[in-house]
Amino acid sequence: MSFLRLLAILSVLAIGLQPAFAGRVDDAELSSRVTALGSGGFDEVEKAIADLAATGDDRVPAILDHLGEGELMARKADGAVFLAEKAGKDYRLTDPVTGADAGLTPKATVEKIRVNNRLRRAISSAVGALTLMSPDSAVRRAAAEAVMKSADVAAIPALDRAIAEETVADIRATMLAAKATALLASDASEAEKLDSIAAIADLGGRDALGFLSGYTSADGAVGEAARKAAAAIESRLMLWDVGQNLWYGLSLGSVLLLAAIGLAITFGVMGVINMAHGEMVMLGAYATFTVQEAIRTFWPGLFDYSLLIALPAAFLTAALAGILIERSIIRWLYGRPLETLLATWGVSLILQQAVRSIYGANNREVGNPSWMSGSFALGDIQITWTRLWIILFALAVFLALLAVLKRTRLGLEMRAVTQNRQMAAAVGIRTPLVDALTFGLGSGIAGLAGVALSQIDNVSPNLGRGYIIDSFMVVVFGGVGNLWGTLVGALTLGVANKVLEPYAGAVLGKIILLLAIILFIQKRPRGLFALKGRAVEA
Amino acid sequence: MITSFLIDSLDRRGRVVVALLVALALLVPAGNLLVPQESAFHVSTYQLTLCGKYLTYALLALSVDLVWGYCGILSLGHGAFFALGGYAMGMYLMRQIGSRGVYADPVLPDFMVFLNWKELPWFWQGFDMAWYAFLMVALVPGVLAFLFGWLSFRSRVTGVYLSIITQALTYALLLAFFRNDMGFGGNNGLTDFKDILGFPIQEPGTRAALFSASALMLALGFVIASAVVRSKLGKVLIAIRDAESRTRFIGYRVERYKLFVWTLSAVMAGVAGALYVPQVGIINPSEFDPAASIEAVIWVAVGGRGTLVGPLIGAVAVNFGKTWFTGVLPEVWLYALGALFVVVTLFLPRGIVGLWETMVVGRPKPAKEIDEAGEKAGEAA
Repeated sequence: MSFLRLLAILSVLAIGLQPAFAGRVDDAELSSRVTALGSGGFDEVEKAIADLAATGDDRVPAILDHLGEGELMARKADGAVFLAEKAGKDYRLTDPVTGADAGLTPKATVEKIRVNNRLRRAISSAVGALTLMSPDSAVRRAAAEAVMKSADVAAIPALDRAIAEETVADIRATMLAAKATALLASDASEAEKLDSIAAIADLGGRDALGFLSGYTSADGAVGEAARKAAAAIESRLMLWDVGQNLWYGLSLGSVLLLAAIGLAITFGVMGVINMAHGEMVMLGAYATFTVQEAIRTFWPGLFDYSLLIALPAAFLTAALAGILIERSIIRWLYGRPLETLLATWGVSLILQQAVRSIYGANNREVGNPSWMSGSFALGDIQITWTRLWIILFALAVFLALLAVLKRTRLGLEMRAVTQNRQMAAAVGIRTPLVDALTFGLGSGIAGLAGVALSQIDNVSPNLGRGYIIDSFMVVVFGGVGNLWGTLVGALTLGVANKVLEPYAGAVLGKIILLLAIILFIQKRPRGLFALKGRAVEA
Repeated sequence: MITSFLIDSLDRRGRVVVALLVALALLVPAGNLLVPQESAFHVSTYQLTLCGKYLTYALLALSVDLVWGYCGILSLGHGAFFALGGYAMGMYLMRQIGSRGVYADPVLPDFMVFLNWKELPWFWQGFDMAWYAFLMVALVPGVLAFLFGWLSFRSRVTGVYLSIITQALTYALLLAFFRNDMGFGGNNGLTDFKDILGFPIQEPGTRAALFSASALMLALGFVIASAVVRSKLGKVLIAIRDAESRTRFIGYRVERYKLFVWTLSAVMAGVAGALYVPQVGIINPSEFDPAASIEAVIWVAVGGRGTLVGPLIGAVAVNFGKTWFTGVLPEVWLYALGALFVVVTLFLPRGIVGLWETMVVGRPKPAKEIDEAGEKAGEAA
């Protein structure tokens, strides 16, 4: 595909994007100038091309492109110019300005508008000027990038003019790099080529790297400079890759934090091994699904707020389930952690099967509200809104929980009961109530996690299974009874997992991490931030 | 001499169990092979294989009980040792297929040919020899358990922490064995076995022999476990279960006792897995599922932990229930299993055997013993 055609297509695309394009003259005016192409010798045609270009109309590049390709024909009868397409023995004529069909006509009635090299250059510079100097910055940017990819020597004069006029810095840089790529492909002097490589290196990015790789094996100074520039760009890209991995890691860490933080309450603060914790997450996710279904059915207009409405619903569902479990089962088993583990495992089986009976075994779809879909780029890092919101949500939940524990009456009582049950009871704290509320809080937070996870994971009865081992790992790694430990643990494990992934693969990375935690626990059996003193023995 | 030592270690109930198992090993295959089909005493090959499977589960439960019931170590990863033993056996059976596979490669198992592997990985070498494979059945779980236990017990990882990392261990192995690159058949595992020790694996005669082997191995495991728990070493184990710190302060090297019984238990689980694989005809990574390991724990709890008969009864009863429920009311099974976990921990801390002892025999063991064990475990955690 020639450079011209590319530019022409680009300009057409730009029209599609920008229907209310500023630079349009009326059809009759444009048609008369197009008709001028069909008469006279090369000199007149060249003038007609200049006239056309002078209109600045966005349809001109396409017309000139057809001219360059020899697809424009003049009708002998009246000199009108058409876009002709061969259809059997005849030509199908189309009006180049309006795109209207002008019917079939025998070959003898039309004459092709001939172009020579001089005219081709004129066309090229006119088209280049029109797209590269278009008033729309998106068109200019796209045009410059197209030149850069095609590395067409013929585009250099147009680029030079555009560079002189360009005011937007990064488009100008792209244009300079485009000129450099074109120069490199030409037979310009070595000094010019070296300058070109420097210009491309300044641009950075994967395109530039891809282009430079074509010259790294070249001989002499050019090859040397290309190799150096490519290495520099590669190392910069690697930095961005590290940044991207860190982002993925933070994202995974926030998911782990959400899943584990409720466990940090029930396991860390109360010492209860709740194997049904994952099922609390699942209940939260199904609560979200139910709320969303109700909204879809009754108030479709509220769909964008469905997640916000689901938050309290999920919290309450899971918290009530948690309180029910605590009152009916766990309270009989305090001080017997291994039995608690088994009983809550039984509860988890029952909950899974119950959800399967009610909602079916298949995955349920929970929709993304509009403000959570899509993504944006930060440098070379792609950031999806879902993940960003989940990170913020996880941090918000963490801080809220911290505030509850440190700043409220309930939090004070929770800590008192944890540290010394008898003494707490003696000063008048109703320990059974505090137990129930603490467990409800931990479970409710798991429900909140379910709302977030419903956005990125399959909502199925097995949702919780996938998180239970990871959550325990986070809590144990971070140190039991310490919320900050859970935060650090979750983020560390998340980032470590994603940093390992490119080298070891997803599964092997996870295995390595699991084994690392097992070994870590040997070294520090009480986790990263261990409680010290008497509380440990309690 | 060792034999007489082992036999002497059995109490009256133990002798009954061993005698029963030996009788099973003889009578059930006879009922399958000799009794005509019309007879009421005929045992179908399906029933025989099913019972054989239960017996291997019983051996697994016995191994869990040895560490949990007598030493207070709640392992949520015994399924890993079971599966490793099973894989060792599976590898032997794969090599026995020889050129009868779909791709007819004389050395490489089908899945390796499928993955375009050119030669056998080093860890598959030797598995064509039965003695080597059978050695590995005991050695691989044993060595893994030894390393894991040596690290964990030395650094005094106890209680729920230990439970959680055993679960992490089996989970890590689950993920590892799912990978095709590991060279264990990935997701599909090892299957399509043809023969074992030269006998066709589908033949009723072979199946009957496998059943007898399972029953006898269970009897042997029972005798060994009984010898361990009734010896002085067993008393120390019980002391560790009930008051670990106190035992350490008296001067016992707690970690060595734990390591011994932990490794022994893992080997027993490995043997159980090795007997399981030829009878069900497949081994795949799902055996490493943490849920499977926890299920083995509930068998012990249902039967009665801290007794040697309990796990046998529990494993058979729960699995019979599973077979029945999944056949008749599949959706109810998980409810039943879940309720079993809850009910047994809340109301039957000593399982069926404990219930039987209090209700029928009327000589309750001091019920405090178990409760205190739990409390002490809680203190340690």
